[in-house]
Amino acid sequence: MHELSIAQAIADIAARHAKGRRVVKIEVRVGHLRQVVPESLSFAFALLTPGTALDGCELQITHVPAVGCCRTCGARSVLEDFPLRCGRCEGLDIDLVAGEELLVDALELEEEPTTGERVHRGSHV
Amino acid sequence: MHRIKVRVVEDALDANNTIARANREDFDRAGVTVINLMSAPGAGKTALLERALDDLGDVRVAVLEGDVEGSLDAERLASLHVPVVQLNTSAGFGGECHLDANMVRSALSALPLADIDLLIIENVGNLVCPAEFRVGEDVRAMVCSVAEGEDKPLKYPLMFRACELAVVNKIDLIEHTDVDLDRLLANLQTVHPGIEHLICSARTGEGVDALRDWLIDKVAAARAGDGTFTPAGSAPA
Repeated sequence: MHELSIAQAIADIAARHAKGRRVVKIEVRVGHLRQVVPESLSFAFALLTPGTALDGCELQITHVPAVGCCRTCGARSVLEDFPLRCGRCEGLDIDLVAGEELLVDALELEEEPTTGERVHRGSHV
Repeated sequence: MHRIKVRVVEDALDANNTIARANREDFDRAGVTVINLMSAPGAGKTALLERALDDLGDVRVAVLEGDVEGSLDAERLASLHVPVVQLNTSAGFGGECHLDANMVRSALSALPLADIDLLIIENVGNLVCPAEFRVGEDVRAMVCSVAEGEDKPLKYPLMFRACELAVVNKIDLIEHTDVDLDRLLANLQTVHPGIEHLICSARTGEGVDALRDWLIDKVAAARAGDGTFTPAGSAPA
């Protein structure tokens, strides 16, 4: 259940960037090779956030497939399973280019429009 | 009110890795080599340490013992007359299933860093979570016992990929199991090509000399200054 620690880390990052603004959505990217269960991460996030600045915030988890570049033949392939094997020449000497990430990618924040924006919008009415 | 989207692109475990780096700097300053030892519960981490740490030559060792609850393992190791510091994770939400960099940091002041060459961090028994959290170690190693079956590397690839050494323990039990050792070792290479392994029995002492030599070599290598710490990502490059 390390997802609880990861959910807390994600919440901390979001709160730091939000600087008091309401966080509507957090977009997270989880690589295929990380042992993070999306359902557990969502569950942990839902446990941690009520009553905090992230109350009601959506956690959007995107699965990132593992992609490798073969050091033998140069082909790029999606790696589903172990052993990590080139889809073209079946070589095992693979340079991983995606699939190990655990990233807070983006936040959707709600904020008061600035005075400048109000004037700008007003000009369209 | 309107909505804006802010790109962040920040590793979720950045905060942990920053603390791990600070731990590592403290360890380096004190000249201490640190091994993060992980395994499933009951694989024999403590039993192997009991065997291996009783004679490490001139290498002075201490153990940071991570458990959810209690100090049973720490008491076992204290009988070897090595400094042992107990770290309990039960203060977490129902007991944390792993050590993280901050927990290790909280124990630093209790460790006699100036008087040791090697610190072994015996992580909480768990084959999943500890692999995600760097704690400031030089090397990650794991124990897998033959009693767990030959398919464990395939089921828990993250852990097996995170470690540079796998100690195959309880080899004395293999005749009582259906485990094919060659298949276990092949599975190990499948998920982590090139991973080192040792075959041991903490019970009979078989292979423990090789584990002792491995530990002594790691201290020598760190003294020679070729230790590397790459907190980004849990698996080998």
